[in-house]
Amino acid sequence: MTSYTWYFLRRLGQFVLVVFVGINIVFFVTHATPIDPVEQAISSATQFGQSDPRAVEIMRKALRELYGLDGTLWQQYLTFWRRLATGDFGPSLSAFPTPVSKLIGQALPWTVGLLATSTLTAWCIGNFMGGLAGYYRRNRLLKAAGIFAMGLQPIPSYIMSLVVLILFGYFWPILPITGGFEMNIHPGFTFSFISSVVTHSLLPVLSLTLITIGAWFVGMRSLVSNIISEDYVVYAELAGVDRHKILTSYVMRNALMPQLTGLALSLGGIFNGAIITEVVFGYPGLGTLLIRGVNAGDYSLVLGIASISIIAVATAVFAIDLLYPLLDPRVKIR
Amino acid sequence: MLKIVRDLFRHNREFAVGSILVLLVVGLVVASFFSPYPPLDSYLVPPDTPPSWDHLLGTNSRGQDVFWQLTIAMRNSLFFGISVAVISRVISLVIGLVSGYAGGMVDRILMSINDTFVVIPLFPILTLFYFMMHDHMSWTLLALAMASLGWPYDARLIRSVALSLRNREFTTQSIFSGMSMRQILVEDHLPYVLPIVFSTTLNNINWSIGLEVTLSVIGLTNIETPTIGTMIYWANQHTAMVAGVWWWVLAPVATVIMTFIGLFLLSVSMNEFIDPRTRLARMGA
Amino acid sequence: MDAALSVRNLRAYYVTDYFGVRREVRAVDDVTLSVGKNEIYGIAGESSCGKSTFIKTVAAAIRPPLRVLGGSIKYSFLDRDLYDLDEKKLSDIRWKQLSCIPQGSMSVLNPVRRIRESFQDFAFPHMGLDRSEFGKVVNRHLERLHLQPTILSSYPHELSGGMRQRVAIALATVCRPEFIIADEPTTALDVVVQKDVLALILETQREIGSSMIFVTHDLTVHANISDRLGIMYAGRLIEEGPTRDVFRDPMHPYTRHLVASLPRIGDLTAKAALTGTPPNLAQPPSGCRFHPRCPLATDICRQANPELTTAVPGRRVACYAVTPSPEARAMTNHRMTNDRFPPS
Repeated sequence: MTSYTWYFLRRLGQFVLVVFVGINIVFFVTHATPIDPVEQAISSATQFGQSDPRAVEIMRKALRELYGLDGTLWQQYLTFWRRLATGDFGPSLSAFPTPVSKLIGQALPWTVGLLATSTLTAWCIGNFMGGLAGYYRRNRLLKAAGIFAMGLQPIPSYIMSLVVLILFGYFWPILPITGGFEMNIHPGFTFSFISSVVTHSLLPVLSLTLITIGAWFVGMRSLVSNIISEDYVVYAELAGVDRHKILTSYVMRNALMPQLTGLALSLGGIFNGAIITEVVFGYPGLGTLLIRGVNAGDYSLVLGIASISIIAVATAVFAIDLLYPLLDPRVKIR
Repeated sequence: MLKIVRDLFRHNREFAVGSILVLLVVGLVVASFFSPYPPLDSYLVPPDTPPSWDHLLGTNSRGQDVFWQLTIAMRNSLFFGISVAVISRVISLVIGLVSGYAGGMVDRILMSINDTFVVIPLFPILTLFYFMMHDHMSWTLLALAMASLGWPYDARLIRSVALSLRNREFTTQSIFSGMSMRQILVEDHLPYVLPIVFSTTLNNINWSIGLEVTLSVIGLTNIETPTIGTMIYWANQHTAMVAGVWWWVLAPVATVIMTFIGLFLLSVSMNEFIDPRTRLARMGA
Repeated sequence: MDAALSVRNLRAYYVTDYFGVRREVRAVDDVTLSVGKNEIYGIAGESSCGKSTFIKTVAAAIRPPLRVLGGSIKYSFLDRDLYDLDEKKLSDIRWKQLSCIPQGSMSVLNPVRRIRESFQDFAFPHMGLDRSEFGKVVNRHLERLHLQPTILSSYPHELSGGMRQRVAIALATVCRPEFIIADEPTTALDVVVQKDVLALILETQREIGSSMIFVTHDLTVHANISDRLGIMYAGRLIEEGPTRDVFRDPMHPYTRHLVASLPRIGDLTAKAALTGTPPNLAQPPSGCRFHPRCPLATDICRQANPELTTAVPGRRVACYAVTPSPEARAMTNHRMTNDRFPPS
């Protein structure tokens, strides 16, 4: 077996572990609390006190079966995993009888698109600028950029999105602040639809990019300032290797490896940021769907989104892990 | 100790700015104990009045003085953040130190678990948690939930410090000279571990307050308790921005941004200060 | 000019200012030496005596907080002082006329580039050949250094320590430079590999005809490779001469101690350790920097710093015990006079 196969298997194992632990946590949260979602749903449905007790009984049984909550704890556990494997979360209560998986399927592409675009932009630009700032320490423009990035970095997702919303929603309303596209345009591969999608995505992408770019910039800058005192960089400079080549092939190239690892580790947090940004901008992704589900008391929907989130992030991390050996030729030994 | 603080203040701009910001925030928190209005009552003063000498930051649509609300909100949020940070510190320290010192299989298992928790997106799970708990949700419960999910990033940092300490020459020297493990841990290693624990605590406070604000704004916490997040929640409920009551939104947002940047600058300057390379340059003055 | 390299009164300090504390470490304090053509000049001394800093200044590899505060460095292939050159001229002479064999070759090669690419980065721009010509030259060069051309496709971490050092030597010599600076190239290697590498360096130097400065704390290595030897202590050159002479008849007390401490087969006498610790270069001792540890220290040694003077043709020493300074003579005269005619 080649060493890459070993690496692949190790990463696959980690993927399986993440999904397993994550889904177990979800199961734990839903089944270990004293609250019974069935009773909750029934109490909200019968709050006007005019229901026939027999109808309530039928509803109770139906809900029990729907939520997979009948039988012993072990049976519930197995039902849970079985349903997950088939992607069957049941119908959504708030959008009855649309299945939850269909709702998630509609929302997921928006979230993925937002995530992918912003993360790519923030990572690439942040690392590039941070690398320059770490190498050309005396450049005033880069120093100013550094201060700006340090100011951005600690601000949490919600506040940043809110600030962007206020700036562009109230002070300078040139971009749409809600929705994924104009309501009156029919979805399809038409120019008007696509351009509408793009304009509506600008603010959410801007928000999410600003949220994450600070950390990449500052991280890369400190990484690069450590690398320039590494032996091989000093030696290359001593040999009069072309400065541009040193910056790209010697400094940045070596700094990208830990940054890629960092990307994999922070994907969970970036996902959080994406969801929150969607809620602020009413973007039709998993975020708005989640909150809608919470407010409507839609147990299956919330459960489904939580599970899918875990699997989606774990998959993305797994994919990044597989890319890592492309950058680092030393990944042969543990 | 005081000399260190004074040196830092005079020569490190980040530390100076950070401490000023944090002191301002602490000032607000201290002021909260002198609030003339009971925190939970509403409609005590004429609503929606802009900032004036009577009401430094104006009043909101619920008839509360924004300034005094802010002080209490800041106190609650900060207290919450600190509690979460302290609890998760304990978990991070235990896991990080055990992993770093034990090494081998124990280390690998713990780090696999650690990485698992790092990857799992918190927000959907916390939302699910809230959904299940509904009206039974309390701040303590939320703090415990967040602490039990927020330790992995810092555990990894502490582990790397522990690893490097274990392998350093002065540790082997101490072992050979007959120092007990406890002695080594306390006398030799603690001075290296404490600063990183301190700076990760500051970062963790930022993180927990941020998460609290996010959850509260969406309404997923006990919205009766005045915190930064719930203030913004209520402002949104009363469509403050549209109604022109901008000071109601600006006050908590500005204060919390101040807190975040202040704590962040402090932790960054602490890190630079304890960096062994600059440390050596400072010795033998 | 006859000498390949001529250094006069070189002073290079580390000047740091952190958190309001200003420190000046006098790593190289007034060093004067010259290296002849086709000669290997060895520099020896204990850790933190300033030899690595000296190397950095001579190779024009200084970075803040290191600063050159005075003195001149002149190579035979340059028409002016090394530090008067502009950036472009400096990078022109690098590698082609002035190259380095570094310390700790473990990490001097970029871990993400193959050896071939490192050769392309370092040597190709200076040689003015087309790619195929260059490839042939590199292959021939590698063979001469007993390296398989297959290593060109390897990554640094795939080679052993000894091989990496040989690659570093190959890299430094492929352009056939006039001057080579070697900074502890054998320190991290075991003795067997060390012997091979030293032989390689010697062979290459003889073949190219370059002059070399070879820095190592290991005196036995100097015995094998250096033509002339200079001993550094606390940032100053304290003795210099042909290697054989320095070993046979060391003049400075420090050198005497160093030579005496070398183990010889059959010699069972106990070695005495030098008392005290190496001086703090931020606050060096007054006068002669060796005086706190010197068994021959007298009053003058505490007050004035001895100059490097020629004691015997071809040998220079900086010690009042060997070459009494005019002041010392005056002092002893003064004392003798006072003893005979005490002031009233």
